[in-house]
Amino acid sequence: MYKVKVYITLRESVLDPQGAAVQQSLHTLTYNEVSDVRIGKYIELTIDKTERDLDQLVKEMCEKLLANTVIEDYRYEVEEVVAQ
Amino acid sequence: MLLQLEPNPEMIKSERIYAEMGLSDSEFAMVEKILGRLPNYTETGLFSVMWSEHCSYKNSKPILKKFPITGEKVLQGPGEGAGIVDIGDNQAVVFKIESHNHPSAIEPYQGAATGVGGIIRDVFSMGARPIAMLNSLRFGELDNDRVKYLFKEVVAGIAGYGNCIGIPTVGGEVQFDPSYEGNPLVNAMCVGLINHEDIKKGQAHGVGNTVMYVGAKTGRDGIHGATFASEELSEDSDEKRPAVQVGDPFMEKLLLEACLELIQSDALVGIQDMGAAGLTSSSAEMASKAGSGIMMNLDLVPQRETGMTAYEMMLSESQERMLIVVKKGREQEIVDLFTKYDLEAVAVGEVTDDKNLTLYHQGQIVAQVPVDALAEDAPVYHKPSSEPQRFRDFQAMEPKVPAVTDYKETLLALLQQPTIASKEWVYDQYDYMVRTNTVIAPGSDAAVVRVRGTNKALAMTTDCNSRYLYLDPETGGKIAVAEAARNIICSGAEPLAITDCLNFGNPEKPEIFWQLEKAADGMSDACRTLSTPVIGGNVSLYNETNGEAVYPTPVVGMVGLVKDVKHITTQSFKNEGDFIYVVGEAKPEFGGSELQKLTEGEIFGRAPEIDLDVEQARQQQILAAIQAGLIKSAHDVAEGGLAVALSESLFGEKALGASVTVTGEAVTALFSETQSRFLISVSPENQAAFEATVKDAVQIGTVTNDATLRISSEETTLVEANVQELQTAWKGAIPCLLK
Amino acid sequence: MKFAVIVFPGSNCDVDMFHAIKDALGEEVEYVWHSADNLDEYDGILLPGGFSYGDYLRCGAIARFSNVMAEVVKAAEAGKPVLGVCNGFQILLEAGLLPGAMRRNDGLKFICRNVELQVANNETMFTTSYEANETITVPIAHGEGNYYCDEATLAELKENKQIVFTYAGTNPNGSLEDIAGITNKQGNVLGMMPHPERAVDELLGSTDGLKIFQSIVKNWRETHVVTA
Repeated sequence: MYKVKVYITLRESVLDPQGAAVQQSLHTLTYNEVSDVRIGKYIELTIDKTERDLDQLVKEMCEKLLANTVIEDYRYEVEEVVAQ
Repeated sequence: MLLQLEPNPEMIKSERIYAEMGLSDSEFAMVEKILGRLPNYTETGLFSVMWSEHCSYKNSKPILKKFPITGEKVLQGPGEGAGIVDIGDNQAVVFKIESHNHPSAIEPYQGAATGVGGIIRDVFSMGARPIAMLNSLRFGELDNDRVKYLFKEVVAGIAGYGNCIGIPTVGGEVQFDPSYEGNPLVNAMCVGLINHEDIKKGQAHGVGNTVMYVGAKTGRDGIHGATFASEELSEDSDEKRPAVQVGDPFMEKLLLEACLELIQSDALVGIQDMGAAGLTSSSAEMASKAGSGIMMNLDLVPQRETGMTAYEMMLSESQERMLIVVKKGREQEIVDLFTKYDLEAVAVGEVTDDKNLTLYHQGQIVAQVPVDALAEDAPVYHKPSSEPQRFRDFQAMEPKVPAVTDYKETLLALLQQPTIASKEWVYDQYDYMVRTNTVIAPGSDAAVVRVRGTNKALAMTTDCNSRYLYLDPETGGKIAVAEAARNIICSGAEPLAITDCLNFGNPEKPEIFWQLEKAADGMSDACRTLSTPVIGGNVSLYNETNGEAVYPTPVVGMVGLVKDVKHITTQSFKNEGDFIYVVGEAKPEFGGSELQKLTEGEIFGRAPEIDLDVEQARQQQILAAIQAGLIKSAHDVAEGGLAVALSESLFGEKALGASVTVTGEAVTALFSETQSRFLISVSPENQAAFEATVKDAVQIGTVTNDATLRISSEETTLVEANVQELQTAWKGAIPCLLK
Repeated sequence: MKFAVIVFPGSNCDVDMFHAIKDALGEEVEYVWHSADNLDEYDGILLPGGFSYGDYLRCGAIARFSNVMAEVVKAAEAGKPVLGVCNGFQILLEAGLLPGAMRRNDGLKFICRNVELQVANNETMFTTSYEANETITVPIAHGEGNYYCDEATLAELKENKQIVFTYAGTNPNGSLEDIAGITNKQGNVLGMMPHPERAVDELLGSTDGLKIFQSIVKNWRETHVVTA
């Protein structure tokens, strides 16, 4: 079994109004060191052992459904889970 | 396999574990007597939720008995999911208001959202199509960050749920006062439409019929929510966070459509929402009302988490679930119907004739309790009541007219008081148009929603000025009902009935209980005089933070019938040259007024008086004039008095103005909150007919085209203001405070 | 002319669309469930607003994989008029029938109000009943209507006159170039955030949306001459 952690963020060229609002708020709280905030999504997939190429599989899922590549970037990490 | 860690019956008694669940010593003794043995952990839980104030109304039953609940058009009074009133042509309107105050204080977005979800289920479980939502909100002053956060999140939560499920949020009210700072009020009302033959009740008839569970799976969320709602908020309430549930409006949309299809099936026997106290209340109440029993096998209950105990399943308040009873042998049809909507329907038990709620879990009986004991036999308490000294002091005060030097500046300041200011910031976030029936959108006296396929429409409003109730609960109770009716009348409708949400402090305090009694007396009087029976509602007590109660706030939700959409009237002036009338004289009444709060920083004295017979006569005359086509606009004179009412009538789409002359003492003429008053405009050709119909109407001026509000006394100009300037102040106030 | 109103789980403007066609326009219309696998009998396809699949993940992202969507693509390729409003627009974007993507409103709040629109192109099959550059009043009700596309796509949209409606006056959601509605290159698929089906009845305040539906019917009649 694998645990796949997918991180989705707005592409750098795309304005992130939520991130901007949070940054503003952090500045109000005097955390002026914060120079940028980007908000994204975190998705955890549990995937059974498969014959198919895992990387290929996750990429497909991201491009087809999990991320909208017109405005979003994604990256992921794969962890193998050993059953207890 | 988890070890069973639940305390045994002896421990529950000796260590008073029942007290942690909310049962008193005497209540626990009653349970022991009813069962003839000590209850186990699950059974103790069943009693504790069903005997909570939220489910049993044990403290408020004597109060609720005061209300008139019958009328020739009432098809269903209090006791079912929602009340029902006939509107002719074989149609009826179904509505109810409910509070979600405590969950919203802890987690405002989800608290408000699940409040909306719950009241919608109450309406569609009666078989009705929900057509509109309203709400009534109370917060502290918008000058601290926590209040701003609560306000923003509550509004977002209402919007998030209502918009997604696709029921328009068409109206409501928001008031701000320091008494609500730690304990905001979030009341949501749902209005539905039904054909007479589709009316369904939550009853489990027919021994052997199948009990089915439909909708979302059961998790551990919201365990003891009903008990939580029946306690005061304190510093450690944050630790009770699990009591807050998360709403899933998408699931509810599917459930709504599936249930409305189910209503048409003759396989359905009974249906009830799993609201507060979840599986426990829905099963016990359905059986108790039908005089039957219910047996359920909890192993069959769809579960979202593993290892759930019987106690947890029975007390879970997971959202978007319904319990239904269907004819034996017809289960597959029901399963198929729900499958079409990607929902599960699972048989979990059957109707029995032993009048017990019997629960099996993992092959054993884990609870066996008489259903009537749970649903009907909660103790009823007659709490002591005492009139507070404060009330006597207020009554003894002579009327005092606040000192005002600059009338225009005062008007501008009043328009910026958050309670008066435009609520556009709020209702902009609500989809108030979906289903394309909203004729009058939020912002006028009442919202109006047409009944598609007919000439009829329904007017609806929520109202309660709790400041008046704080000063004088009986008079304030009358005013709350009368003002709701005024709003309904002004929109061109005949008031039908009310639903109420009684938001009060801790009833164990005699002064709070006195408020509750007096408010109910006043409301009952007004309901009788105005022929608007109470068809259902909700009681929310223990609205206190660290011992301080909120103002007594019995919110009135009223629905009226517009007989012909031609009668629909708004508060905005329509045409230059129309005559402006005011109905009712102003008296120097400032107790609890916006002006008093503005100039004195607090409220005191006597609430404005109200003569219900005068109120009723004026309302009937104005409605007759509207129905005869004699009135262009109608608006009730409420918070901020005539000057504010005039301003609001000018904030329409056209750049109109008004020029009026008032008599008597200027501050009273402009800002008094004397009751039973209306501001009306009439086209000149209808002058004679209008004056003959509305006896107390006095012409005070005309509508102009110069976008200026000009108010003069007989000697001098009191206010001369550009309408744009007034409107900018009124519209900008709340966004400005939130920045 | 016969219209299909596609109903996804979570659609909630389907009833409004249905009544706009049936009552205000007076044409034939049927609800079509998301699982349907044939749209051949319909002359026009309408994707209504709402929150399909709760708008979980992204608006329209799950609905685009509904069974019926293959048929919607087929109808679009056949040149039939396809109109997506609000969530319907979002689904068309996710499905790639229209270019670009939708972001959250720049004010981060859901907005429901009447807005003024400019008819930027009155030469499409959806807009010929409007005057050129006519200003109309149509309601919006959305939380994610902030249209975005890259520069190359924008240039192409302009080049092909695919921008059909723009917000006149204040831009309510921050959309690129005030875009409120666009068509595909062929001009037979229109996506728009404002709700024309909510502006077809004087009683509710505006009938400015009706001309979209009238344009569709008029153009359909002109290209489908009935021979006895």
